[in-house]
Amino acid sequence: MKSTNPFLGKSSRDAYGMVFYDLAKDNDRIVALTADVPGSVRFNKFRESWPERFFNFGIAEQNMMGAAAGFAREGKLPFVSVYAIFAALRAIEQLRTDIAYPNLPVRICVTHSGISLGPAGPSHHTLEDISILRSIPNMTVIAPADGTSTAMAMSAIQEHPGPVYMRLNRAVEQTAYETISKYSYGKANLLRKGADLTIIAYGASVGNALLAAEKLQEDGIQASVLDMAFIKPIDRNAIIENGSKTGKILTVEEQNIIGGLGSAVAEVIAENNLNAILRRVGIPDEFTLAGPYSELQAYYSIDPKGIVREALNLLDQTS
Amino acid sequence: MIWVPSHFIDKDLLMKNKNRIIRLQKKALEYRKHLIQLAHSHSFGVHIGGGLSLAEILTTLYFEVANLDSGNPDWKDRDRIILSKGHGNIGLLTILAMKGYFPFSEMQSFNQLESFYSMHADAHILGVEHSAGSLGHGLSVAVGMALAAGLDQKDWNVYCILGDGEIMEGSNWEALMSASHFKLKKLTAIIDRNHLSQEGTTTETMGLEPLVKKIENFGWFVEEVDGHNISELLQVFDAEPIGQPKMIIANTIKGRGVESLANKTKSHFNHLDENQARLALEDIEKELMSLQ
Repeated sequence: MKSTNPFLGKSSRDAYGMVFYDLAKDNDRIVALTADVPGSVRFNKFRESWPERFFNFGIAEQNMMGAAAGFAREGKLPFVSVYAIFAALRAIEQLRTDIAYPNLPVRICVTHSGISLGPAGPSHHTLEDISILRSIPNMTVIAPADGTSTAMAMSAIQEHPGPVYMRLNRAVEQTAYETISKYSYGKANLLRKGADLTIIAYGASVGNALLAAEKLQEDGIQASVLDMAFIKPIDRNAIIENGSKTGKILTVEEQNIIGGLGSAVAEVIAENNLNAILRRVGIPDEFTLAGPYSELQAYYSIDPKGIVREALNLLDQTS
Repeated sequence: MIWVPSHFIDKDLLMKNKNRIIRLQKKALEYRKHLIQLAHSHSFGVHIGGGLSLAEILTTLYFEVANLDSGNPDWKDRDRIILSKGHGNIGLLTILAMKGYFPFSEMQSFNQLESFYSMHADAHILGVEHSAGSLGHGLSVAVGMALAAGLDQKDWNVYCILGDGEIMEGSNWEALMSASHFKLKKLTAIIDRNHLSQEGTTTETMGLEPLVKKIENFGWFVEEVDGHNISELLQVFDAEPIGQPKMIIANTIKGRGVESLANKTKSHFNHLDENQARLALEDIEKELMSLQ
């Protein structure tokens, strides 16, 4: 099976570059926009093949994002790729007002999200994008778990008529998908079934949650793992169904604890009178430290060990 | 400067164009009349000052320069016009109604619940290419449109109208840089240089001069004209710089035509009372008479 999956062991951004190149082969409406980082966002192969469809806007993300709206208004399908922080914060108003308000089909596929550019420190960490983007109407927000699921995510949004924010990692994530399966638009994927608690995660946290679930199993604890790649629209039914089965939900994300997946799940629990206890794991409401990515993940308890610890805390809390 | 404005002071051409110019002057006065009436009938107030400074710019662009078909607003080869200073929407809606994109009666819902006829330009309205309001957005969108046109080898033009206060926003300077970098010769921007922002002069708020030099140094072909002089506007719109985007700095008077507001900061957003409206309309009638 492994030989049939070219995305296995690739980071989400590497897989993005591969899939994007293949898409662009068959669709000359596709244009690529970046801001001085074509190599980092894996646009180089596209750039070499179709230089006329490649646009480097220099270190000026607001203008790039506004221009993407102009391209889309004229029938193009722009893929805008830069580091997450510079799309979701620096150019957020262009994204909101010029792209989301007119519901234009722009793909904002950002790399180096969360704390994945660890040593670069808080200026380059993106821990607010999920909370910001999910409060913008018309936006689809998706964060695939690994290389393989990035290919699945690209398929799931291919025909979507509105704007999409796709959150990708810099580093190679823990594998969540060995083989290429499928994301359905707005649906979560249940990757593991267990009766004791439900772990809900997106992005790199999914692979970490799966490893944590294996560890927990060694202690006789059975955890479900739900890949909530689509943070918006969120799969309410999956939360209700799985949350009510286990009565305990642990959300894990590489985002500020305020406004992200944990908050979204809390909304679903509260609004549906769901009998479930929630524990949110993420970056606490403080500015992050600089450091190696894996050490930062450990520091903020979003690595497999940290997730195990938080799962046990949740179980203690309810026992 | 690459382009030599050889016909800029061609008196013969001016004579030939006389009828064309008078027709446009009448249109501009008609626009002013509508605007005064709207500013009088909408008690909440409208952005009257900028609407009045835009009169000749919009008239020249929509009634002469741009290639448009109001009966077919989505015509693929039309010229694109973006009003980046989206608060000039009352002016944009007026000119669009005059062009026949929609009847004036639709504007009765202006600023009312569930109406897209509102304070700022909204692309839900026929003829409005892109929504605007927050300043410093339109020129980037125009850059994207012009790039898309280039990619498809299309010949249409993109026009983008900016306010002078608006260009204090840094994003404009990113867009200016990119337009010359990408050699967008089909892109023309117009700055409505009325020297006033919402609560002060541009000089005291954030100095913009030397504006011509600044924009020239960003790689644009720049001409400065009297933004209320249709003859000058026509000539500068006709100029064809080689391989460069074009910037027209149109010197205007905010609130021009309403004596109590002209060139005053308070002209930015206002309701015109009976007396103000009557006096302004009388002045317009006098100007119309002089054109007969």
